Amino acid sequence: MTKKQKNMLYRIIITAIIYIPLFVMEHMGKLEFQTAIPVNFLLFMIPYIIVGWDIVYRAVRNISHGQVFDENFLMCIATFGALGVGEYSEAVAVMLFYQIGELFQGYAVGKSRQSISEMMDICPEYANIEEDGQLKQVDPDNVSVGDIIVIKAGERIPLDGVVVSGTSFVDTSALTGESVPRKVGEGSEIISGCVNGSGLLRVKTTKEFDDSTVAKILELVENASSKKAKVENFITKFAKYYTPFVVCAAVVLAALPPLVLGQPFGEWLKRACIFLVISCPCALVISVPLGFFGGIGAASRLGVLVKGSNYLEVLSEMKTIVFDKTGTLTKGEFVVSKILPCENVSEAELLELAALAEGYSDHPVAGALKAAYMESRAEVVNGTGENGLTCVDTDRAAEGKAALELSMERVADTREIPGHGIEAVIDGKIVCAGNAKLMEKEGIWYETNPEPGTVVYLAKEGLYLGSIVIADTVKPEAKRAISQLKQSGVSQTVMLTGDRKEVGEAVAAQLHIDQVYTDLLPGDKVEKVENLLGQLGEKERLGFVGDGINDAPVLGRADIGIAMGSMGSDAAIEAADIVLMDDDIMKISAVMRIARKTLQIVKQNIVFALLVKAAVLILGALGMANMWEAVFADVGVSVIAILNSMRTLKVK
Amino acid sequence: MKKKFKMVDLDCANCAAKMENAIKKIDGVTDANVSFMAQKLTIEADDARFDEIMQEVVKVCKKVEPECEIQL
Repeated sequence: MTKKQKNMLYRIIITAIIYIPLFVMEHMGKLEFQTAIPVNFLLFMIPYIIVGWDIVYRAVRNISHGQVFDENFLMCIATFGALGVGEYSEAVAVMLFYQIGELFQGYAVGKSRQSISEMMDICPEYANIEEDGQLKQVDPDNVSVGDIIVIKAGERIPLDGVVVSGTSFVDTSALTGESVPRKVGEGSEIISGCVNGSGLLRVKTTKEFDDSTVAKILELVENASSKKAKVENFITKFAKYYTPFVVCAAVVLAALPPLVLGQPFGEWLKRACIFLVISCPCALVISVPLGFFGGIGAASRLGVLVKGSNYLEVLSEMKTIVFDKTGTLTKGEFVVSKILPCENVSEAELLELAALAEGYSDHPVAGALKAAYMESRAEVVNGTGENGLTCVDTDRAAEGKAALELSMERVADTREIPGHGIEAVIDGKIVCAGNAKLMEKEGIWYETNPEPGTVVYLAKEGLYLGSIVIADTVKPEAKRAISQLKQSGVSQTVMLTGDRKEVGEAVAAQLHIDQVYTDLLPGDKVEKVENLLGQLGEKERLGFVGDGINDAPVLGRADIGIAMGSMGSDAAIEAADIVLMDDDIMKISAVMRIARKTLQIVKQNIVFALLVKAAVLILGALGMANMWEAVFADVGVSVIAILNSMRTLKVK
Repeated sequence: MKKKFKMVDLDCANCAAKMENAIKKIDGVTDANVSFMAQKLTIEADDARFDEIMQEVVKVCKKVEPECEIQL
């Protein structure tokens, strides 16, 4: 509780202590004074002033600023009205009740804000810099790119960087929700916001604090609540019309029956006051955004970044989900699995040409070819014949890398043809490396390789040399993720891939995906998504899951773009609406559950608040409700709605 | 120039909305967002007159909710 809130609490308690005896005495008839001095009035004014003076003060002050119709003013009118008709006890009770409610409301909002900010407490406070052999603590903001920082055991990593020395395990749960620690060593990239294990790490920073992952994530979550859901906008508009409407109705209620029907003025004024008290839509205006805020927070805890409340809303209506294959459903780790050269060509030759042709490309296929080539060269230099070396063996890796770099001097020019492959000039000769489409385009005869996987065909000077098969593994959790999505209510699953028919269909069958489209150029993917969008019903939404870098246009086109974050790849965070920080597609169905629950709670609140308010309005107009019910319909409803909204934080 | 300010004692969601609308109407303000949840004010306004505009913003906010303070 803040100081102001504590203050208020004391005032309430004191008021109650004074008021309750007065209330009892009045009931027992002990307050019937027959004097000219309004003793009762004065007696009840004591608690009234103690508990309500600031409301009256604020009402007057706000009117002088031009703000007439606010809650303070309405409460004044309502209680003055009660005082005016001699119901002193009720006036005090209402004011007291109102203040209790307001206090509770402020407390609940504070608590919600606190629990959300506690969950997002991933902000590192300092960084350690080595100066003259001593460690100095500095503000992360003051560290420049390229500085070496030291991260001790158990500390939170302050900036993105590359490990220069040391090995350790890193806890990424703050960002990804994953509790399994990741091993890092020399040359590993590490991300800010994670917590270091027991090893000492020296890290060279690659980004400034403001650009580091943790700062960006915090900003995203904070800003997420400014992208309002449709429901939120509706509430805001509703609130704008609701208040004037109820106030007018109150005026009508106070004026019409007495003037037109000759009814007693006092009675109808009281009913009008009840209207005025209920005219504040605070319950909705606070609880709805709070609910969405909680939902976004719950998703962050899972390691899923939702960039806006509106996306939560759309996610809950998702009926069709479209997956990109490579990197999303498959690991995206390409490994050369078979080399099939033509008769007069050797495996080593074929691999070398392929690696050189793809030397400057960043495509995963190129990566696999280059890796295989580097390994083979490391073996040759070392004179051993072992296969399956991994890069932990840094010496060999360095040798292989050097060999590749040297050989790249033979490559004069390369041209990448999207969706087809690469054309390069090696040793003065034109070499084509790519898929079947490239061979056909160049009019080169080739022997179709039926192996499942990506096949790279090679030709030199128009002569076919052979093919290399590169295989990608399906993510082990993909199958379960898809079936969970179907259970969550997704009626259509689609897979899009630039890969060829056999590969695509094999993967789709393995994962029980309903529709698959293969051999797609990047532009085709957008078209397919457009077609699918056109087939959707009124309230049905389409989500696309991809890896951000290649799929930016499709991510933008879909109703929901979900990207693999790969621990914060900038391209993914930019392009998508929802980012899976650890590439775990199982989280998609979990987030859908959060989205649904959030929407459910928000709708519960709206229905509850409106029903209660409407009921009390009607009863009040008919004379069957009094101030108590009015204050409950305003403040009580608000508190209940806020507490209900806090449940969105707890969804797992 | 786009700048963020922390707000203290922003207790009424309605007030936050009123403030946002009022700030957006100030001459020189391109965009504004008041987050009731995060108690933050984000403003995008003319570089040259930024300080002047901020004074106007403070005035406007005080009119809506006098208790609320913007930490400049």
